[in-house]
Amino acid sequence: MSQNATREYDQLRIDGLHAFYGESHILHGIDLVVKRGELVTLLGRNGAGRSTTLKAIMNMVGRRTGSIMINGEETMSCAPHNIARLGVGYCPEHRGIFASLSVHENLTLPPIVRSGGMGLEEIYTMFPNLYERRFSQGTKLSGGEQQMLALARILRTGANMLLLDEITEGLAPVIVEKLGEVLVDLKNKGLTIILVEQNFHFAAPLADRHYVVEHGRIVEEVSAGELHAKQSVLDRYLGV
Amino acid sequence: MSMIFGVPMAVLSGQLLIGIINGAFYALLSLGLAVIFGLLKIINFAHGAMYMLGAMGTVILFDNLGVNYWVALFLAPVLVGIVGVLVEYFLLRRIAGQDHIYSLLLTFGVALIMQGILTNIYGVSGLRYSMPDMFKGGVNLGFMFLPYYRAWVIVAALLVCFGTWFMIEKTKLGAYLRAGTEDSQLMQGFGINVPLLVSLTYGFGVMLAAFAGVLAAPIYSVTPVMGSHILIVVFAVVVIGGLGSIGGAIITGVLMGVVEGLTKTFYPPASSAVIFLVMVIVLMIRPHGLFGKEA
Repeated sequence: MSQNATREYDQLRIDGLHAFYGESHILHGIDLVVKRGELVTLLGRNGAGRSTTLKAIMNMVGRRTGSIMINGEETMSCAPHNIARLGVGYCPEHRGIFASLSVHENLTLPPIVRSGGMGLEEIYTMFPNLYERRFSQGTKLSGGEQQMLALARILRTGANMLLLDEITEGLAPVIVEKLGEVLVDLKNKGLTIILVEQNFHFAAPLADRHYVVEHGRIVEEVSAGELHAKQSVLDRYLGV
Repeated sequence: MSMIFGVPMAVLSGQLLIGIINGAFYALLSLGLAVIFGLLKIINFAHGAMYMLGAMGTVILFDNLGVNYWVALFLAPVLVGIVGVLVEYFLLRRIAGQDHIYSLLLTFGVALIMQGILTNIYGVSGLRYSMPDMFKGGVNLGFMFLPYYRAWVIVAALLVCFGTWFMIEKTKLGAYLRAGTEDSQLMQGFGINVPLLVSLTYGFGVMLAAFAGVLAAPIYSVTPVMGSHILIVVFAVVVIGGLGSIGGAIITGVLMGVVEGLTKTFYPPASSAVIFLVMVIVLMIRPHGLFGKEA
């Protein structure tokens, strides 16, 4: 038991992951590894399969094959509601703020899955706007505030691996900057973060490594140190 | 004797009272339908049968085991709730995500089976359930006579309706329910056991119907087909109110009972059709119902 606990597993290890929505085959054998405390991005064009990779980790796609190990535990046969309990916090594309819940209810909705999460007070200090508007309807917040709420919501649960899907999409530069600061903060706290991001300039300075996804496969792995050398390769894949 | 629009005050208030009581039943039943529709996205055609099971169960428990009214008021809904959880777990769950028509047919079939079995055993002529002694008699309010039991039905139904509204709108469990209604997949992603929540919600929804059934046992005729009669009206109430609003289901239920009662006073021949007339008008003006949200 103590041996297992001290043994260093990768936070996330995906081998040969295929995913399907009905008849359509979206992921064609994803392999990737994320070490504890790393911030890794999934880059790629729209429809490349980045969001689906996150959803597949959460067991939110129609059918999956292959292997997804979280902290050394195989999760392919895990029910969706048990994935979060392994310490995974998921922030979906378009944020998933509930309209019929107040800001406070949205924030406290996800159950605590691990000890060591941020307390309500700490969260409200980090995001003072949310405190001011805690009794408002969740979807009455501005886009930026909703994104803060979606992020704050999973920080409270104690999740130590965050899956963040397009969190900067459609937000003003000043908000994006604030999000960047929050991510640096979280990384310093030792959280593992997997970022699906369209905005390469946002992701580049934050990430330890980048995976480029195309047609449901990982086609390139670039570490932070290689960014400069591989810039032309990235440009080609991302079409910038 | 004072008259209002050519109708004696006592007659008017008597009909109003009956209207409010019928409305209380409509409210309880449409509330259950709305709760179930919210999370499961199915129209529960077995709802009338569950109401009937509540009433029949009350009589059967009394006749065979001597279970009194107060115990039945608690026990019958719990038993029917368990039936509901089993129906959800073994039947509805298997067709989740399929076209609406499947759940409609399935719940309709469940209702027919329950009705059929009980008709076979007890016939359709109705069982007798005598009023609990403490509710015999009534009080003269001056302008009308108010039987104690009718007053109790109104109070009990409104309390349960308010309690349900409070639970859904103001508590943590209710927040789960509301959030699950919007996006149950994301809820599950947060670690909430949505399949369990779905089972319990269906069970709770049919418990409300069974509770209405127990309340109905001493004043309505208790037969295996009593549910199918009231269900048609309740569906019209639900269409008028619009599914998806808890408060709306309650208000529309009481309101339609009153409308029915008033029609009975002023133009009796139209009383059984008036709710459907209102339904047609509402559908023409507000297709999503009075309290419904745009789909």
